[in-house]
Amino acid sequence: MKEKPEALEQAVLNEYKYGFVTDIHTDLIAKGLNEDTIRLISEKKNEPGWMLDWRLKAYAGWLKMEEPTWPNVKYPPIDYQDIIYYAAPKPKKQLNSLEEADPELLKTFEKLGISLNEQKRLTGVAVDVVMDSVSIGTSFKEQLSEIGVIFCSISEAIQQHPDLVKKYMGSVVPMTDNYFAALNSAVFTDGSFCFIPKGVRCPMELSTYFRINAENAGQFERTLIIAEDNAYVSYLEGCTAPMRDEHQLHAAVVELVALEKAEIKYSTVQNWYPGDKNGLGGIYNFVTKRGICKGDHSKISWTQVETGSAITWKYPSVILKGDHSIGEFYSVAFTNNHQQADTGTKMIHLGKNTRSRIVSKGISAGHSNNSYRGLVRASKQAANARNYSQCDSLLLGDKCGAHTFPYIEVKNKTAIVEHEATTSKIGEDQLFYCKQRGIDAETAVALIVNGFAKEVMNQLPMEFAVEAQKLLAISMEGSVG
Amino acid sequence: MESTAYFKDQFEQLQQTGPQGTIAGLRKEGFEDFNGRGLPSFRDEEWKYTNISTLFQQEYNLDGEAGIEPSELDAIRLPGHEQANELVFVNGIFKAEYSCIRSGANELIVMPLQQAAEGEYKTLVETHLNQSAAYIKDGLQALNTALIYGGLFIHVLKKQEPVQVYVYHILEAAAGPVLAQPRSLIYADKGAQLQLTESYTTIGNADSLNNQVMEVVVEENAYVEYYKLQNDNSNASQVSTSHIRQIGRSYVHTVSIALNGGMVRNNMNLVLDAEGNESHMYGLYLLKGKTHVDNHTLIDNRKPNCFSNQLYKGIADDSATAVFNGRIMVQPDAQKTNAYQANKNILRSDLATINAKPQLEIFADDVKCSHGCTVGQLDEEALFYLRARGISKEKAEVMLLQAFAADILVQIKPKALREHAEKLIDKHLSL
Repeated sequence: MKEKPEALEQAVLNEYKYGFVTDIHTDLIAKGLNEDTIRLISEKKNEPGWMLDWRLKAYAGWLKMEEPTWPNVKYPPIDYQDIIYYAAPKPKKQLNSLEEADPELLKTFEKLGISLNEQKRLTGVAVDVVMDSVSIGTSFKEQLSEIGVIFCSISEAIQQHPDLVKKYMGSVVPMTDNYFAALNSAVFTDGSFCFIPKGVRCPMELSTYFRINAENAGQFERTLIIAEDNAYVSYLEGCTAPMRDEHQLHAAVVELVALEKAEIKYSTVQNWYPGDKNGLGGIYNFVTKRGICKGDHSKISWTQVETGSAITWKYPSVILKGDHSIGEFYSVAFTNNHQQADTGTKMIHLGKNTRSRIVSKGISAGHSNNSYRGLVRASKQAANARNYSQCDSLLLGDKCGAHTFPYIEVKNKTAIVEHEATTSKIGEDQLFYCKQRGIDAETAVALIVNGFAKEVMNQLPMEFAVEAQKLLAISMEGSVG
Repeated sequence: MESTAYFKDQFEQLQQTGPQGTIAGLRKEGFEDFNGRGLPSFRDEEWKYTNISTLFQQEYNLDGEAGIEPSELDAIRLPGHEQANELVFVNGIFKAEYSCIRSGANELIVMPLQQAAEGEYKTLVETHLNQSAAYIKDGLQALNTALIYGGLFIHVLKKQEPVQVYVYHILEAAAGPVLAQPRSLIYADKGAQLQLTESYTTIGNADSLNNQVMEVVVEENAYVEYYKLQNDNSNASQVSTSHIRQIGRSYVHTVSIALNGGMVRNNMNLVLDAEGNESHMYGLYLLKGKTHVDNHTLIDNRKPNCFSNQLYKGIADDSATAVFNGRIMVQPDAQKTNAYQANKNILRSDLATINAKPQLEIFADDVKCSHGCTVGQLDEEALFYLRARGISKEKAEVMLLQAFAADILVQIKPKALREHAEKLIDKHLSL
């Protein structure tokens, strides 16, 4: 079959429409990682001494650790000296409002479909935008601060709310929790910080948009969300990156703390550049996300739609410490071409009468490999712990793989844990039914996949659900037939 | 600290004094492999929940020349033995003198493994012995291979009725801790029918460790049933590998029952290496005291149109630990595979632990695979129903546990064996 080069190019662009590069002056530091790099990052961010000490301690821990090999993913060794650890769009001055931001930047975000101004007007979502290493700007800050909600970049939080940061940072994901978390703790450059005080129900969705732009740069952001007693917050996270031939590393840490009767809902639409059809380029997405239900009756819910990244390695977890606390995990992971995903969750039941629910939907196409890996642990004290897990996999093609690795550890005799998993392909009869009604094969598959993922999509806030559905449709293009 | 130096002496002694050839070559490979890997530690993913290295803190007696009294053998014979072929291993060495072959030479051929490797079965042994090493890559499998001595070879020929084979593993641990490493290769020829049962008994109060590897090759139109009964004393530990390969369209049915023991690890592998295979794998573990049982199962679907069904059920009481690690693989060629797996557990005590890890690894798209896993307790309503009818709590619980176990027991097809297992379990549950 002969195809015009233009047509091909068009097809590639169709598949990843966020692959452009913004031409903007960037403040880069030299490649490589050592103590001086960390001192330099800390200095550039004008950080207090305790933060630098914290970073150096994490770095010392990281040096002693080994890169994990247990995930079901394959990639050539990463050269940690070949990464730029700090890249910031210039000029780097404190922005008071978004209007002051570089117009080129604002254009970028408009292209991404997140016009900051528009968001402000129409949807009432407060957005923090992180490009490469630093936060570009945060909207709705003032309105939020009136009711006591702090929503800002983590760098700003370190400067202005050091007590909160000191108290909670590293309390859920210890600095040397794992290899990538330790690396992040040493070199993290920015991220979001949310604090919802006692009894406040955050009136709008909080959102962070992450964008990698600079070449050869790694992105290491850190998010910390704290919901005090009776507080509620819904937080959204989105991410994209330009198309490049080499792999880029993204190692983030997200920590959630829910105190008594608090609820945190965290939704992610992950759409980092997945690499091209032959597996060239793409982001390595090695992320540690963990929440703790510290207080009684608290609730943490993770929802994720994973369509991007060459490799995804991520297990958003909940530690159910408070009695009667609830953990939820809803996930759709779609892999195509040569993508690899090893994702799932951990539910650690410590308190009494804790409940958790896991719904994971994996869809594999092309030459991709999609694994669910999850841990449900009911400790000795976790009386009446209850878990239900469901992991379904759908295979769209005979070159891809779908894998399930659940770990179930129960030490309490009143705990009830259920896990079920199925793997199958799209039923011939379902396809036939659609085609008979004049729906072409590709649309029919999209329809069926959407139905398959609906249980998870329903958990997303409305604005995101629409975006996620579109994303799924784009990712699936060319995977049928 | 683990002590393994004496394995080297044993290996060198076997290499020097024993005959050379296929088996000596395998031993050499095995020993090099063992040196490279060492003993498994809990850091190995496959040994995460079973810290087997604690068993190697003492030195074991490797001497296989112990004898037994005929009365000791009579005490452990399984019901139905009058019709069965009885084969005896003492401390891991096959003992023809205690064994009894009742089938004719046109049905069953039994000989020492060394003899099979030298005579007319040379090619067969070379092709099939140690195929399991490709699946179980750990130091204990390698150790068994490194010290192969006194193994058993069985050839089952075509016949209308099943050939019954009982294998008794006796460990003589009166004189001190003993390590037995039985090795066997079983070849079920085209159209053969085999009912194979293994039981394990330790005599004496010292610790025993049975590091067993059994490989079964199943040819076209063969039919194999395999029963494993583990009801040894609490000093008796085991690492027992059963590696069954179906190389022709055939039928395999396995039931593994674990009641008592020290630390027990069962590797049960089914390799479906021909189109249209059917396999059933059942397991039951009812654990009390400090017993630790780790059931590691693998069903590897390599060819199209295969069917497999797996059900493992277990109860953990006192401070027992039950581990279930069930892996189903579907290779790229194995289209139209149907593979089902279920694992159900009841936890009866807060000191007991259940660790379950069902795994699906699927590389073919036109398949139907599912697994389910539960950990829970006895149904309150069922208990209430029974108690409302005047049945005591203890009795009602036993009844429900018996019913829970019955799903597996009915899978034991020979009547005499099934009744034997039922009796064992009734006794085990009512204590």
